[in-house]
Amino acid sequence: MTITLLVLAAIMAVIVWWLLRQTVNVSPWVEQQSIGDGHDAGAVPLHPVKLGLGVFLAVATSLFVLLISAYFMRMMATDWIDLTVPRGLWLNTGALILASVAMQSSVAAARRGQGDAVRIGLMAAGGFSFLFLLGQLWAWQQLNAAGYYATANPANAFFYLLTAMHGLHLLGGLYVWCRTTAKVWRGIEVAKVRLSVELCTVYWHFLLLVWLVLFALLSYPTPFALHR
Amino acid sequence: MSYVAHDESAFVPPAEVEEVELYHPKTWIGKYVWSQDAKVIAIQYGITAMAIGLVALVLSGLMRLQLGFPHTFSFIDPGTYLQFVTMHGMIMVIYLLTALFLGGFGNYLIPLMVGARDMVFPYVNMVSYWVYLFAVLLLVASFFVPGGPTGAGWTLYPPQAILEGTPGADWGILLMLVSLAFFIIGFTMGGLNYVVTVLQARTRGMTLMRLPLTVWAIFMATILALLAFPALFVSAVMMTLDQALGTSFFMPALVSQGQQLGYSGGSPVLFQHLFWFFGHPEVYIVVLPAFGIVSDLISIHARKNIFGYRMMVWAILAIGGLSFIVWAHHMYVSGMDPYFGFFFATTTLIIAVPTAIKVYNWVLTLWRGNIHLTVPMLFAIAFVFTFINGGLTGLFLGNVTVDLPLSDTMFVVAHFHMVMAVSPVLAVFGAIYHWYPKITGRMLDDTLGKIHFWVTFIGTYAIYYPMHYLGILGVPRRYYAVQNLDFVPQSAHDLNVAITIAALIVAAAQVVFLYNLVHSYFKGKPSGPNPWRATTLEWQTPETPPKHGNFGPQLPVVYRWAYDYSVPGAPEDFIPQNQPPARKPA
Repeated sequence: MTITLLVLAAIMAVIVWWLLRQTVNVSPWVEQQSIGDGHDAGAVPLHPVKLGLGVFLAVATSLFVLLISAYFMRMMATDWIDLTVPRGLWLNTGALILASVAMQSSVAAARRGQGDAVRIGLMAAGGFSFLFLLGQLWAWQQLNAAGYYATANPANAFFYLLTAMHGLHLLGGLYVWCRTTAKVWRGIEVAKVRLSVELCTVYWHFLLLVWLVLFALLSYPTPFALHR
Repeated sequence: MSYVAHDESAFVPPAEVEEVELYHPKTWIGKYVWSQDAKVIAIQYGITAMAIGLVALVLSGLMRLQLGFPHTFSFIDPGTYLQFVTMHGMIMVIYLLTALFLGGFGNYLIPLMVGARDMVFPYVNMVSYWVYLFAVLLLVASFFVPGGPTGAGWTLYPPQAILEGTPGADWGILLMLVSLAFFIIGFTMGGLNYVVTVLQARTRGMTLMRLPLTVWAIFMATILALLAFPALFVSAVMMTLDQALGTSFFMPALVSQGQQLGYSGGSPVLFQHLFWFFGHPEVYIVVLPAFGIVSDLISIHARKNIFGYRMMVWAILAIGGLSFIVWAHHMYVSGMDPYFGFFFATTTLIIAVPTAIKVYNWVLTLWRGNIHLTVPMLFAIAFVFTFINGGLTGLFLGNVTVDLPLSDTMFVVAHFHMVMAVSPVLAVFGAIYHWYPKITGRMLDDTLGKIHFWVTFIGTYAIYYPMHYLGILGVPRRYYAVQNLDFVPQSAHDLNVAITIAALIVAAAQVVFLYNLVHSYFKGKPSGPNPWRATTLEWQTPETPPKHGNFGPQLPVVYRWAYDYSVPGAPEDFIPQNQPPARKPA
């Protein structure tokens, strides 16, 4: 739980620090004084949907950090047998990185107002993401064929659980991606989909980061298991 | 002397969020069923939560009948008793209080109090309610599956929660876990709305430090819930896998009814960590909104500005931050490292400091105030009493050495009912009596309200005060019947009878409340727009109840904080937040 504690303490610290900064040196009971001064007090310079995504990412961070904490704590038990992750995961990781890159190129194109490039970027990002998900399923298949059943060992169970949670988050992202791509396909002007593309990009980068952390932990669990 | 007209808007910053096109429903169903209006969603949340809460109330009555008169009721056996305990606890904490405070009051009050037309994501808000309703229906379904609902205790500790012998170990626990997962998904959708609306949709002039404390408290409680509920989600998913697929996340190697089970090496303590990492912030998720509501009720009905507004805000922030580092004080008997226990005892005692600041500030707000003993005020004062009582026994249980002998006794039951059951419920009642006129345009009946208050207030003390003594005697909680134990004298059994009678009377008093709610909706005295002469924006709407869009063509502009009561020299004893400052002599 130490990891959870540190990460969530950091998140809470940022929230509390930001709110404190908004609230010191303000004397709300004094009429007028703060009417003009209150100008920027508490306004987050972000589009509401972006802030909404930010809050959701905090929730998702909490979820993954808790899963990782559980992973470490369970690892301390004597019945744990590290699992050898399929080498195909490197290919999957590559696909997810390419998806992120494509998303980034799409958002750059959207900022320049190039509709075609946006479309190509989105299509590539979606394609690589589906490739990643298929690759993950294939990895499951391989592990299962090699006898790494979820019930056989907690290391296996955690592998399936963590990859499934990550995959489900990616599927949720792909739902939004579908809607965005459909809009672009129908030829809606770029300015109107720019926000959606930006949101997708941030989400994809987040999921890439989560995957890199999970991949590292799943591939090399031993150095992280301090107490074993 | 000449007065120069002062352009008020010169003081006011530009709008931070542009006006958005509201979704306008065209049909009755679009308006009242698949509604995207936060006020309708709030009422949907409120009615659903109260309906399922009534189920939990009946369950508690049945539990008390069994404890007061053991072996009298043939339909209560040890298994069903445990099911009653479990479902009562889970429903009250999650499906009633969390949903009512955040989904109900959050949805109704946040947009109105910050001066917004609606939540920022109305569609997501609507989905949030329907997912919540689905979670409730799954929970209700567990009463009708083979084996009945789970009887694992509201903490759902493994391994017993999913082992043969615990009631509902097949279907009941599965439905409970899935229902919790859906509740959390639904809540997350709502929670995103509450946070972003408070941060982004405030009207012009409504700075953070001009927010009423109700909004501050619901805002912070939502942040806690968003970060803490994932812990419950993770534990629910992992336990579902243990139960359905046979993984060993939490399940150790064990022999059940003579058979070696397939589990090995899992850690029940891991579950406890995850559960309480959610479970302790949950206490504040329920109590913080009560804090905020009570602060506003006390200030309004004592006609006095809240004492130490800034300190109140910081106390809310401090409690929110600290609530994440106290969870293991629920696990003193789990065999953890003594230093660990020492750390958590210390943090637990530290959290008493901001809480005490709030209590002092309430009392100081009342000090020399113009106290109107209206029904909402009675409930607010009762909240302060009850919360102090429950908080003080928290100091007992927060200390490891005192906790160990009291652990799993009736003392714990008495403590947490005082602090996070009765107190928040008193705040809920106060809030309903206070805002009902805005929601319906009619006042609740005063006499019935006072009957409801006094019976509930005195009755809950008759229930929970004696329970402390039972706990100190060592009477264990969750036991179907306590018999043939040398340390439990006859007087303890008599006390149990008395508690049961008090509990049934309090339960009956809630019928008066429900009758009042329904009766006043049709026959209540018309309230007018601002019956309590309050300053906050929800009382300044052009229509009562507020229409879709809340504020008519123009959003209000805010010039002052929410607590301008009895300002010297002002013509009235309250100045609404949207009243421009007096024109100044040039």
